Amino acid sequence: MTPLLTTRDLRKNYGGLRAVDGVDFAIMPGEIRAVIGPNGAGKTTFVSLICGRVPPTSGQIVLDGNDITDLPAHDRVRRGIAYTFQITSVFSALSAYDNVALPVQRTLTGRSKGRLHAGVMSALERTGLADRADTTAGALSYGHQRLLEVAMGLALKPRLLILDEPTQGLSDGEIESFMQLAREIARDATVLLIEHNMQVVMELADRITVMNAGKILAEGTPEQIRANAEVQRAYLGTEA
Amino acid sequence: MNVRNSPKKVYLLHAAVIAGLFALNFILPEYHHGVLARVMVLAVFAMGYNILFGYSGLLSLGHAMFFSAGLYGAGLTVSHLGWGMAAGFAAGIVSGALLALVIGVLALRTTGVAFMIVTMMFAQVFYLLTLYFAEWTRGDEGFVLAQQARRIDLGDLHFNLTDPATRYMAALLLFSVVLLATLAIVRSAHGRVLVAIRENEERTRMLGYDTFANKLAAVVVSGVICAAAGAAYALLFGYIGSTFATVQYSILPLLWVLLGGAATTLGPIVGTLFMFYVVDITSGYTSAYLLIVGVALILLVLYFPKGILGTVRERWIRWLP
Repeated sequence: MTPLLTTRDLRKNYGGLRAVDGVDFAIMPGEIRAVIGPNGAGKTTFVSLICGRVPPTSGQIVLDGNDITDLPAHDRVRRGIAYTFQITSVFSALSAYDNVALPVQRTLTGRSKGRLHAGVMSALERTGLADRADTTAGALSYGHQRLLEVAMGLALKPRLLILDEPTQGLSDGEIESFMQLAREIARDATVLLIEHNMQVVMELADRITVMNAGKILAEGTPEQIRANAEVQRAYLGTEA
Repeated sequence: MNVRNSPKKVYLLHAAVIAGLFALNFILPEYHHGVLARVMVLAVFAMGYNILFGYSGLLSLGHAMFFSAGLYGAGLTVSHLGWGMAAGFAAGIVSGALLALVIGVLALRTTGVAFMIVTMMFAQVFYLLTLYFAEWTRGDEGFVLAQQARRIDLGDLHFNLTDPATRYMAALLLFSVVLLATLAIVRSAHGRVLVAIRENEERTRMLGYDTFANKLAAVVVSGVICAAAGAAYALLFGYIGSTFATVQYSILPLLWVLLGGAATTLGPIVGTLFMFYVVDITSGYTSAYLLIVGVALILLVLYFPKGILGTVRERWIRWLP
């Protein structure tokens, strides 16, 4: 099986700081992959390079055998890379319905009010927000705004969905239903997840990539990572 | 903004406004009849501005150049090349479209304050050009279209644009077309993208939209509507002068839209009408009328910060588009 996405010697420098420092990375189709690492390890910069929000200093990004390194972000979204923001970034003045209608209408070819409505409601139902369709996004609770963010990502029908700290600020109950949702998403998409909550990572991820100081420190199944002494020293030890 | 659930009310309201303006043609005394014809054309200018400022969130300080592109595009071809009314009108619109395309490509490389300054500078260049080519434009003094040129002959039908009722109806026709076009844009998928860009451009980009292309389309649509207003102004009122290219005419549409309510379809006509009558009434009493206009504006900003219709929408009629 060939990877959905690979990066080769990917680098990003901010002045003298090497935020991402020569990362070789591959993710298989259908996988749930978690990226973990201490604050400032370069996780968000790394996924920003993949989705095109930030241009790399050097290196290569390949999606499905095509070099996408120089494509603008909106083209990458059209090729199936969706990104949900770490800091909730919904359109707070618009209704939840309109928030989701934006990604849905982009994936529709031709004009059809009926299909738009069906697409929007299906994304809202999957995230449990259907009864709040007409609520202004800014008036939703924080947990619901996070879910709306996921609904927008889902509505893009992505092949690779990048979730940047999706459970941050959620209650235990909300985290539980988020994990269910993530598993369901992974049935027809590949999920790349940055996450600090170790319980979520261990239960959800097929494989885990550990980053530290811009480099990949270790990679493996949750069991392998849990047993890795180097990882424990760099990361888990300080957290647990 | 809950327009989705009440489309019928929305269409009825807009139809009622157009019908009301139609009826006023037969009721209004001569003076106010003339005022309203002029206000409707200027409201078209404001509606064009509103597409860019209200819905897309791009504050331009140079829209006088699009209005003037239409004004001169129509005025010069009619007076110097002897074109007919329809051809002149089309020339005005094409001039506005081309200008908007070029200015859009250049000015959209900037955002925020820089965008304001760049558009203002381009408009200033346009104004100076109208003075420089005074041989044709007659600069500040301007020129007047001959009465006999301002006629449209369609077979046996003859329209004389100097006749007040014909002029009123022509202005109303343009106003109605642009009002309904604005409504259609706002309710369309493209309109939703424009609002999304206004609210959060980065997020819109990450939903797969080419925000530059969408903003450029908004500049061109806005420029075309403003040019249509300018062209209509030249043909209906027969005067073309460089005053219309001054910075004052870039600020006025901003004021009208802010007063009436940015990002409301009917705000531009409300704002233009309100402003016109405040100036008209106060200047009848005192030469210091600008003082009263200023006070009126301050009161409005204090009590109706989102403009007249913007506040109405927020407090009472949620479905207003």
